Amino acid sequence: MLEVQLPGLDLKNPVMPASGCFAFGAEYSNLYDLEVLGAVTIKAATLAPRFGNPTPRVAETPGGMLNAIGLQNPGVNEIIRKELPRFEDIKVPVIANIAGSEMDDYVLTAEKMSKQSVVNALELNISCPNVKHGGIAFGTVPEVAAELTAKVKAVSEKPVYVKLSPNVTDIVAMAKAVEEAGADGLSMINTLLGMRIDLRTQKPVLSNLTGGLSGPAIKPVAIRMIYEVSKKVSIPIIGMGGIQNADDVIEFFLAGASAVAVGTANFVDPFVCPKIIKELTEKLNAMGVSDINELVGRSWKK
Amino acid sequence: MMQENMRVLAHEEIADSVYELKLEGELVQAITEPGQFVHIRVAGRTQTIAPLLRRPISISSADSSTNTITLIYRSGGLGTGLLSETKIGEKVDVLGPLGHGFPVDATPSGGKALMIGGGVGVPPLYGLSQALIARGVQVTHVLGFRSAKDVFYQTEFNKMGQTIVMTEDGTSGKQGRVTDVLDSVDFDVAYACGPIPMLRALEQAITEKPLFVSLEQRMGCGIGACMACVTHTTDPNDAKGYRRVCCDGPVFKAREVELC
Repeated sequence: MLEVQLPGLDLKNPVMPASGCFAFGAEYSNLYDLEVLGAVTIKAATLAPRFGNPTPRVAETPGGMLNAIGLQNPGVNEIIRKELPRFEDIKVPVIANIAGSEMDDYVLTAEKMSKQSVVNALELNISCPNVKHGGIAFGTVPEVAAELTAKVKAVSEKPVYVKLSPNVTDIVAMAKAVEEAGADGLSMINTLLGMRIDLRTQKPVLSNLTGGLSGPAIKPVAIRMIYEVSKKVSIPIIGMGGIQNADDVIEFFLAGASAVAVGTANFVDPFVCPKIIKELTEKLNAMGVSDINELVGRSWKK
Repeated sequence: MMQENMRVLAHEEIADSVYELKLEGELVQAITEPGQFVHIRVAGRTQTIAPLLRRPISISSADSSTNTITLIYRSGGLGTGLLSETKIGEKVDVLGPLGHGFPVDATPSGGKALMIGGGVGVPPLYGLSQALIARGVQVTHVLGFRSAKDVFYQTEFNKMGQTIVMTEDGTSGKQGRVTDVLDSVDFDVAYACGPIPMLRALEQAITEKPLFVSLEQRMGCGIGACMACVTHTTDPNDAKGYRRVCCDGPVFKAREVELC
């Protein structure tokens, strides 16, 4: 009842940890069997290693948190060498998140990553708010997003999901642009750009000044955007933004998502993904739903 | 590491806004060394989503024979403020034990250890001192506080070994900073926990003998996945170039990482 088929992804259930909230799986694999997950989305890879931003990198907000990690990662080659082999023995689909600051970085990183046998799909991160160049720029101009999508699609041996930024006035235009450029699916939403100011120092809390807002506070924004976009595109959406429990998962499906990713909640409760998966079966049974795919877009479908 | 709803056995204010919390639960059995910490979820009583994130609090001491841990924390913000209202018999959502603590075996049996603490950095040194004494180590404590109203555990530390209390305003113990009295103490290995300026001063003052420092940092997950609490290594040729305070630390060798 929980199986979901998406391009490149044969999911036994539709719940996966979101990129950046699960590192490369090592820490969580010490806590539970990763094979219970629908998939794993690993932390963003860039062409060169990145240390990221100075600390403080996180700040709590009402019902959420701001982060400005800055895409810290050891670079695509090191990830392929050190992190991916972990998944050779774990039967779980892997989605590799790809980030960059120049068009060429993205393309080279995507090409390398897509050749890895354990990688089932790419998630193109055109929406990270915490890098000075690129990242969010690629995620706010439809033509640029489309060009990048097409270039990555041209080199990728695996399906490409484009992760959209909510920091735009017209999310549907962004979604349609990348769909037309060949995207196999969408991930939405990334974090909302925010800031917190310390009353004592009277300066922003984060060293990066701004950060990406995540957590339950952003869930209504995600639901609204998925609702709007799913009506207008024919590619599947992996929904994310503040999911904490099975009720939230169902709400995302009703809005139009075909799978979901859980982000910040992993920090609150490292066992949250297996808990949600278990709870989801019980909830669907109680609702009399025999196949979760029936719920996709039910809030707007006639 | 496990997640457990631990039972509150005792909870009292032992200094100005400083609370001692005793918890009972199975996860005590997983504690391997002093200086580890727990990550506490202080959801409001109505299961609200603020505060959302857990709060890292160091383990002051642990007793595996009774399955109890003692935490000492300062109540200040939203999370610790709510935690301070927790009553005896209630449950607290605890993730732990987390991190790598103080290397007890760095001090040989029969050796002399110096513990230097500042403010709410003092608590983990209590369990450390207990562990060192159990190994036959002679312990000395230098504990710094702002003022007399902030001092706690002086009697408890005194029972274990020589204890010098320093206050900034001289209202308790000697007036001055912990670094003022280091020359008067004989030791083989030093362990420190406290504010960054204190740790910096200690790293400059103690260069001939081993020194271990425990860091505090804003954390997200507490288990090494979110990369919120990273700090650079001082060695530019280090293979990784950074350490995660939550899981590579919070205790590091002096000058191994940048203090920031």
